[in-house]
Amino acid sequence: MTDQIKQDQTETPENVGGVHVGEARPAIPGMDQEGEKLSPDLATDDTIGARKSANAGENGSQVMHSRAERPWSFDVADFSVPNGREEEWRFTPIKKLAPLFEDAATDEVEGGPAVEVSFDGPESWLSGELASGQAPRDTVLRPADRAAVVGSANAPQATYVRIPENAEHEAPVAVRIEGKSASARSNSHVVIEAGENSHSTLVIEHTGSAIHNGNVEIIVGQGATLTVISLQRWQDDTLHVGQHDAEVGKDAHYKHISVTLGGDVVRLNSNVRFSDEGGNAQLFGLYFADAGQHLEHRSFVDHNAPRNTSNVLYKGALQGEKAHTVWVGDVLIQKAAEGTDSYEKNQNLVLTDGARADSVPNLEIETGIIEGAGHASTTGQLDDEHLWYLMARGIPEKQARRLVVRGFLYEIIQQIGDADLEDSLMEALEDELAISNN
Amino acid sequence: MSTLEIKDLHVSVILDDENTKPILKGVNLTIKSGEIHAIMGPNGSGKSTLASTIAGHPKYTVDSGEILLDGEDVTAMSVDERARAGLFLAMQYPVEIPGVTMSNFLRSAKTAVSGEAPALRTWTKDVKGAMNQLKIDPDFVSRNVNEGFSGGEKKRHEILQLELLQPKFGILDETDSGLDIDALQVVSEGVNRAHEANDLGVMLITHYTRILRYIKPDFVHVFVDGHVADQGGPELAERLEEEGYVGYLQGAKA
Repeated sequence: MTDQIKQDQTETPENVGGVHVGEARPAIPGMDQEGEKLSPDLATDDTIGARKSANAGENGSQVMHSRAERPWSFDVADFSVPNGREEEWRFTPIKKLAPLFEDAATDEVEGGPAVEVSFDGPESWLSGELASGQAPRDTVLRPADRAAVVGSANAPQATYVRIPENAEHEAPVAVRIEGKSASARSNSHVVIEAGENSHSTLVIEHTGSAIHNGNVEIIVGQGATLTVISLQRWQDDTLHVGQHDAEVGKDAHYKHISVTLGGDVVRLNSNVRFSDEGGNAQLFGLYFADAGQHLEHRSFVDHNAPRNTSNVLYKGALQGEKAHTVWVGDVLIQKAAEGTDSYEKNQNLVLTDGARADSVPNLEIETGIIEGAGHASTTGQLDDEHLWYLMARGIPEKQARRLVVRGFLYEIIQQIGDADLEDSLMEALEDELAISNN
Repeated sequence: MSTLEIKDLHVSVILDDENTKPILKGVNLTIKSGEIHAIMGPNGSGKSTLASTIAGHPKYTVDSGEILLDGEDVTAMSVDERARAGLFLAMQYPVEIPGVTMSNFLRSAKTAVSGEAPALRTWTKDVKGAMNQLKIDPDFVSRNVNEGFSGGEKKRHEILQLELLQPKFGILDETDSGLDIDALQVVSEGVNRAHEANDLGVMLITHYTRILRYIKPDFVHVFVDGHVADQGGPELAERLEEEGYVGYLQGAKA
C-alpha cells in the first residue's frame, strides 16, 4: 500500500518529449528498468540456427548469455530428459511430467487415440493433415525443449487449418482437443495459417483428462488479423505441455490468449517472432491455480525484425495450499530490430496463504534505437488503493473486493471479444472464486 | 441543512510500521449546506491530508480532535460508511481500476449510497445527461474506471460522480490542477450545478486562485503548516493572488 501511495503522491507526467514515461514506459526507452541486459558485443552472425549448433545437446548445463542461445532441434537425441536443474525447468515438477518426456507415440483408449481432435468451423478451412516436415508444418515451430521435441516427433499427422485470404469470420472457429484418459499419453500438432488480410478468431479448447503433449504452430499472413485462444479446461488430473510458436507477417496483427483453469500440471510456451515490418503481437494469459495445481506459462517475443510492436500481459490468481504458478517472460530485441516497441507485464493475485507465484521477466536489448521497451511484475494481495477508491464512493468492502478481483481477471477476458465465450469463462471463474469465498 | 464540523483536528501520516509524522496541528473549520469554502495554501501545508482524512484514507491517523457530520463522529466510520453518510472526495489522483467498467462502477456506487438500485431507464438517462454536460464521450461508460484517461478526463469523471451520487458535502482536492482553461470551465460548471441542485456544501482545496473565477467561494481559509492561519471572505483570495503566501510562511517560521 505504501508504495502505491508514494506513486500517487508524485504526479508522474505521462509524456516527456513525446516519449511515454511512468508505469507504461521507461523514461529512456529500455534503459531504466532492472533486469535488462545490453549485449552489444554479441556476434553479428547470430541467426538462431547458428547459435543452435554450438549449444544443442549439452543438456542445458551451459550458462547461456542470451535467450537467443537457447537450442532448438527436431532431433529427439539433441535434448536429454531434464533433471530439474536446468534454467528452463527449475520451477517445474519434473517427476510428475516424466511421462511427457518419453519419446512415445499416442496411446490408444478404447480402440481410438487418447485424444480426439475435431474442428468446428467452415469445412473448407480444414486442409487435410501435414506429415512431419511437410510445409507449412515445421516452418515456424522450433522445438526448444525435451517436451516439445518428443511431441513433434510423435505427432505423425498435424491438423492443418488454413484460413483463406481475405476471409472475414465473425464467430470464433474451434479446434477441440478432448482427452480420454488420465493415464494415457497423447501427442497433437496443429498448424494454423491465416491467409493474407483475413480476420478470424480460433479457439483451441482442451477438455477431459490426458497426459498431453500438444504443439501449435501459427503463420499470420501479411495484413491478417488472427486471435488464437488456447483454453485449458482440463479435469484436475491432467498433465499438459505445449509449445505455441507464431510468425507474424508484414502489417499483421496476432493475439494469443492462454486461459488455464484446469489440469494438475500445465506448462505452456507461447512464442512469437516476425517475418517483416509493421507487425503487432499481443500475448495474453490468464491462469487460476487451486490447491496443488502447477500452472506454468512462458512467453518469448523475439523481435528479430525492425519496426514491430509487442505487448505481453499475463495475469494469475492463486488460492489454496501449494497452488503454484510460474510466469517467465522473455523479450529479445535483436540488433536488427530498430524501431521496436515492446512491453511485458505479469500480475499475480494471491487470494490465500500457502500459494506460491514465481514471476521472471527477462528483457534483452541489443540495439538502442527503439521506441520503447519495458517490463513489470507484481505479486500480492488486492491493491488497497483500488479498494479505497471504490469504498470512497460508498461501496462496502466485501462488494469492493468482489469488483476488484473480478476486474483483475476480467481484464484478460475482455481481450477475447466473443460474448458467449467470455460469459462461459466468467462463469468458470465464479466457480473458482467461490472456493475461497471471494 | 447539514453541518460538517472539524474541531481541533490533529492528524499524522503513517510512514511505515513504526513511524508517523504529524501533519495537521489543530484544524478548526465548519461548513454548512450550500456554503462554498476555499482552502488555499502553499504545497505541503496539509490541505490534501485534510481532504483524505475526512474521507478516511488508511494512510492517515487521527491523533486527536473530531470530525462531525450533523453531530455524528465521522472518524469512527469506515470509508464506505462516510461516503454513504454524504461525504464525497473528488480525488487529486483518481485510481485506475482494471477490468471494472465505468457503467458497472457508477451503478454500484449509486446503489450503495442511495440504498437501492436506481431505476434502469432514468439512471441511463441521468448518466448520459451528466456526461454530456461534462463533455465526456458516451463511449467512456464501457471503459474501465479511469484506465488510460488523461488527467483532465479523470477530473471530469470525479465531478460526474459528484453530480450523480448527490452527496451532502463535496471535498474537491486540487480538482483544478492539470486542467486547461476549457476543462477548468467545464468542471467548474459541474460543481456549480451540484451546488445548486443539491444544496451541496463545498470544500474547495486549491493552490491557485484561478478556479475561484468560476466557483465563487463564500469563505476563504489560508492553510499553513497544518492549521488555518487566516480566514475571510472572497476578498482574501484576491489579496493572496497579489501577495502570495510569503507573508504567512514567514509568520510560520518566526
